[in-house]
Amino acid sequence: MIDLSHLRADFPILHQQVNGQPLVYFDNAASSQKPRAVIDSLVHYYEHDNANVHRGLHTLSNRATDAFESAREKLARFIGAATPEEVIFTRGTTESINLVANIWASEFLKPGDIILYTGMEHHSNLVPWQLAAKRSGASVQHIPVLEDGTLDLENINALLTEQVKLFTCVHVSNSLGTINPVKELCAKARALGITTLIDGAQAVGHMPVNVQDIGCDFYVFSGHKMCAPTGIGGLYGRAEVLAKMPPWHGGGEMIDLVTLETSTYKAAPARFEAGTPDIAGVIGLGAAIDYLETIGIDRIHEHGAALTSYAMQRLTELPGIRILGPATGDRGSLTAFHLASAHPHDLVEFANTHGLALRGGHHCTQPLMKRFQIPGSSRASFYFYNTTAEIDRMMEILHRAVTFFS
Amino acid sequence: MALPDDLRELYQQVILDHSRSPRNQGQLSADSCVHIHSDNPSCGDEIDLYICFNDDGSICDIKFEGQGCAISQASTSMMTEKVKGISREELTQLIQDLQQTVLGQGEIRNPEALGELQLFESVQKFPQRIKCALLGWRGLESALSKNSLSRS
Ligand SMILES: Cc1ncc(COP(=O)(O)O)c(C=O)c1O
Repeated sequence: MIDLSHLRADFPILHQQVNGQPLVYFDNAASSQKPRAVIDSLVHYYEHDNANVHRGLHTLSNRATDAFESAREKLARFIGAATPEEVIFTRGTTESINLVANIWASEFLKPGDIILYTGMEHHSNLVPWQLAAKRSGASVQHIPVLEDGTLDLENINALLTEQVKLFTCVHVSNSLGTINPVKELCAKARALGITTLIDGAQAVGHMPVNVQDIGCDFYVFSGHKMCAPTGIGGLYGRAEVLAKMPPWHGGGEMIDLVTLETSTYKAAPARFEAGTPDIAGVIGLGAAIDYLETIGIDRIHEHGAALTSYAMQRLTELPGIRILGPATGDRGSLTAFHLASAHPHDLVEFANTHGLALRGGHHCTQPLMKRFQIPGSSRASFYFYNTTAEIDRMMEILHRAVTFFS
Repeated sequence: MALPDDLRELYQQVILDHSRSPRNQGQLSADSCVHIHSDNPSCGDEIDLYICFNDDGSICDIKFEGQGCAISQASTSMMTEKVKGISREELTQLIQDLQQTVLGQGEIRNPEALGELQLFESVQKFPQRIKCALLGWRGLESALSKNSLSRS
């Protein structure tokens, strides 16, 4: 396994005791920690360049605008967009999906249309579509999930039909760790003229992502899961699709000409970014991408895969354990499991008093927990600054928990 | 690595014992019995309470089925052992005292009646577990008001 442990020095938060024990942070799928470089970029912006973007003609505004737009260029390059104009800044995955489920859907969804999603979507990729269906008279259908945590694609041709107007799928499942064959699915959808949206919340910053190679129309993600601040994220939209969409919020920055009667609007991305944006957040996101690129996204992916496979192998030591998701093959850097002897809530509580941060519950995937007939699960999720020594420490704590609760 | 004291207090032997082998498990099917379902959607804890009342509003029998964490299941199991046969007034007081024990607020009027339930005082240090400790008790409160309504 490649050793990235020297990078821990870049993360001030990791060097602390929690409940009298050294912190082991295994809740990265909920939110990652931030390196000094990202924190410094925020301080630097507020101490030197703070001003509104795209407005002033003065030096600070120009600096802020340059930093803001250069982050857009970085991000476009990072995810393989054709041009920076295809990248819209949002608050994150949830807001990006809601933008599409409101604006794209209002224009293109008609009664009788079908929205097709999968049984392993995060609530944020289910609820907005259910709302959109209600508004438009469309209906929702889903691709079921197999026992091994992969999508049941046997009947895909019966599900992915011309009646489907939008197909959406999570790239990497936050509960199962499954990496879905999004490229193949988007190709199939595209052949039928179906618009596609991929939820990349657990993929961007964790593995190489190229939206043009995937061939999706929309791709959404959150900065806070990839070392950037909370409150910033992105929506990639293929230029051709964005051009057909009406504006979202009305306000400053998104207009060309405003009269007291009517207005004309800018093209993307400005059309979808009304008002003063989260400038510091965007700059922090740019700094996060710089930081990740110096490590190398391939190495981050390789390290995450190695940690996950080590953790999964060691977890099998625990009696009565059921590990969710694919047992083999490429996975996202997380593993969720259920122990017969300890409810996730109790296990996570036990772990926390030992300084170990796990997530317990349904992970915003209630339909999936129902599918696997468990009330919830415990999840360990890793990032490049985690180590096998920390996994060993987790196992020590979990063994004790099993003894304690059995 | 010694077990942290807070954890030991939260998961006392009695509580672990009740969570491993809950008492009064099952259903009651008499027409007159009240059935209440309570859950904590955020963590998936669920309790189904079945309660038969006497004419004076006291509880003649109580059973439950549920799934969830040790705290929610143990507190409900311990509740079912306490509430049978006591008067309606004592019941109301017990519920109030238990809630105040868990929340760490207000005066406990009748600590003797609480008995082992006083252990749930430890939940005060784990605010996110309060709803677990109170899940069954909230169900009991709903059952009491449902029963009063059906009789008035
Ligand atoms: C797969 C997936 N989709 C969507 C989200 C929602 O992301 P956010 O809360 O950052 O909008 C998450 C994160 O919790 C996720 O893991």
